Amino acid sequence: MSNSNIDQRKIVFTIVAWSVGILIFFPILWTFLTSFKTEAEAIASPPVFLGFDWTMENYGEVQERSNYFRHFWNSIVISVGSTLLGLLIAIPAAWAMAFVPAKRTKDVLMWMLSTKMLPPVGVLIPIYLIFRDTGLLDTRTGLVLVLTMINLPIIIWMLYTYFKEIPGEILEAARMDGATLFAEIVHVLTPMAVPGIASTLLLNIILAWNEAFWTLNLSAADAAPLTAFIASYSSPEGLFYAKLSAASTMAIAPILIMGWFSQKQLVRGLTFGAVK
Amino acid sequence: MKKFTRALIGATILSMIAAPALAETLTIATVNNGDMVRMQKLTDDFTAKNPGIELEWVTLEENVLRQRVTTDVATKGGQYDVMTIGTYEVPIWGQKGWLVSLNDLPASYDIDDILPAIRGGLTVDDNLYAAPFYGESSMVMYRKDLMEKAGMEMPDAPTWDFIAKAARAMTDKNNEIYGVCLRGKAGWGENMAFLTATSNSFGAKWFDMDWNPQFDSEPWKKTLNFYIDLMNDAGPPGASSNGFNENLALFQSGKCGMWIDATVAASFVTDPENSKVADKVGFALAPDAGLGKRGNWLWAWSLAIPAGTQKMESAKKFVAWATSKEYLDLVAAEEGWANVPPGTRASLYANPEYAKVPFAKMTIDSINSADPKNPTVDPVPYVGVQFVAIPEFQGIATSVGQQFSAALAGNITADQALSNAQALTERSMKKAGYIK
Repeated sequence: MSNSNIDQRKIVFTIVAWSVGILIFFPILWTFLTSFKTEAEAIASPPVFLGFDWTMENYGEVQERSNYFRHFWNSIVISVGSTLLGLLIAIPAAWAMAFVPAKRTKDVLMWMLSTKMLPPVGVLIPIYLIFRDTGLLDTRTGLVLVLTMINLPIIIWMLYTYFKEIPGEILEAARMDGATLFAEIVHVLTPMAVPGIASTLLLNIILAWNEAFWTLNLSAADAAPLTAFIASYSSPEGLFYAKLSAASTMAIAPILIMGWFSQKQLVRGLTFGAVK
Repeated sequence: MKKFTRALIGATILSMIAAPALAETLTIATVNNGDMVRMQKLTDDFTAKNPGIELEWVTLEENVLRQRVTTDVATKGGQYDVMTIGTYEVPIWGQKGWLVSLNDLPASYDIDDILPAIRGGLTVDDNLYAAPFYGESSMVMYRKDLMEKAGMEMPDAPTWDFIAKAARAMTDKNNEIYGVCLRGKAGWGENMAFLTATSNSFGAKWFDMDWNPQFDSEPWKKTLNFYIDLMNDAGPPGASSNGFNENLALFQSGKCGMWIDATVAASFVTDPENSKVADKVGFALAPDAGLGKRGNWLWAWSLAIPAGTQKMESAKKFVAWATSKEYLDLVAAEEGWANVPPGTRASLYANPEYAKVPFAKMTIDSINSADPKNPTVDPVPYVGVQFVAIPEFQGIATSVGQQFSAALAGNITADQALSNAQALTERSMKKAGYIK
């Protein structure tokens, strides 16, 4: 193939990639721009892209009306807490499935994944009653537990895929050198799987950060994370788009920044094992 | 001196520990409507008068709030001490014993001052189960300039025929002026609120006295065909996805000749900061078809206390404060009479200052013309003007709303939509045991 053909293909792929990127990013950009408009400008028809009077009024009002930092702190605790707890359970589980598989390991893995197919609302009332009776309603501990359970299948699957790539002989050698099971997992397997564990951790934090069904239904005032903060700015009667956009921008900014800095790990994590 | 200092430090520490322990925190679930947000800003008045009570607000989107508080009240979760609920929930929850009766509010609260129509919607077996925070009906909001241009004059109590004629005359699609903007977005609180209220004025009803669905009746055919024809001729494009907020935006930007919707919208469309047509808006009662019922609804966002609360006395104090005459005066003093929560107390409408608000009279006339206990031309076994106060209604009406929205979008015919609505309602009512 000639050089000019390769260049042309490169240009086409670059244009397509940028177009898809802009298309995907556009709703976030629009939310960001709307957050600086007045309510009247936010609903103007035809819509105004950049030529409006930029105002910080919406951010001021959101700050005045809501305790952003309390929601933010709750989101941090819930997403990081559930991810760490999930990893603590998932690493030994994935080790067992990857290195000492039993006859039904594949079935167990599929069964775990199938729990993600259940509509969450189907188990809302039983979970709610358990939380009520155990005093976990509107507590960060309760939300950490429930999000751990929800995301555990994904964590185990991701780690299982990573661990399968690690040669079992290395672990065997460690065992022959007298390593205990604990030492084998902590000192041999984990350091080798750091990139995989890191991308699993990042992805799970994002999933937990964005989870809205359980965090909205099991929290009220004390443990409400940023999902509840956003939900408080939608209104059935009255204009709210500009303020809602400001609240959304504030809620997604931290996770967006984290995703930006860790995109290399994330992409690696999501594409691992896809091409061999 | 040293002893005194130590005592002082000790007392300070003790008070720091004791103060939060003594204060009782009420958790209040509410929606993000303008009047509710205003209340949150004014709660210093309540906490100053009740030093032992602190307030924690949980503001949620309407559908999320409904799901949250329903789960909580049904399971006696006790997460909320005061809930903002509507006239749909109160009769059902009151009947089930999920709410605390408010009959024993102090005499100074003047319970008899609450508008009879609103009070009736919040009362079950003579027990008031929620105190109205603001009440609303629906009415016609119209552009006086466009009406004049069309050579017509809006009567105070128009008929549907007049509305249809005026809407077609006002429409100028080339200049993006649409004669009438009505709800089309599917949902029991969206298009079905409007269409159920409208159908009442056409003589239709959801169920007969034996709970048989009535979508195959002639009045429903008339209602739906009238609505679709009118919207096709004089409505905005994409009307099947327009709800309250979308129509508000259209009206405020000068694209609607008339808008029939909640009376609470009057303060938005006359607000010069957000509305291009603020000084050109007139008001009229919701239309009728000469059968004795108008197409207006009745709704009240109200404060109720769930039976599972441990802080009943403090919660009652708060509810009494937020729905009192004094609170209305407080809002008037701080934010002006136009921002006072409307539609709850007769004394507000007797106040000469409030009478100067341009939409005050039409709001009270609209509320007074709605009767939730006798909503239809023929007798029906249910309560509710734009809803049927049974637990199954939300699900059924949302499905029916999808059919009607599809008919408005032109995906199915009006006859198909009605036939589907009849079938799905029959199925749900059989499943729920109302009919065999």
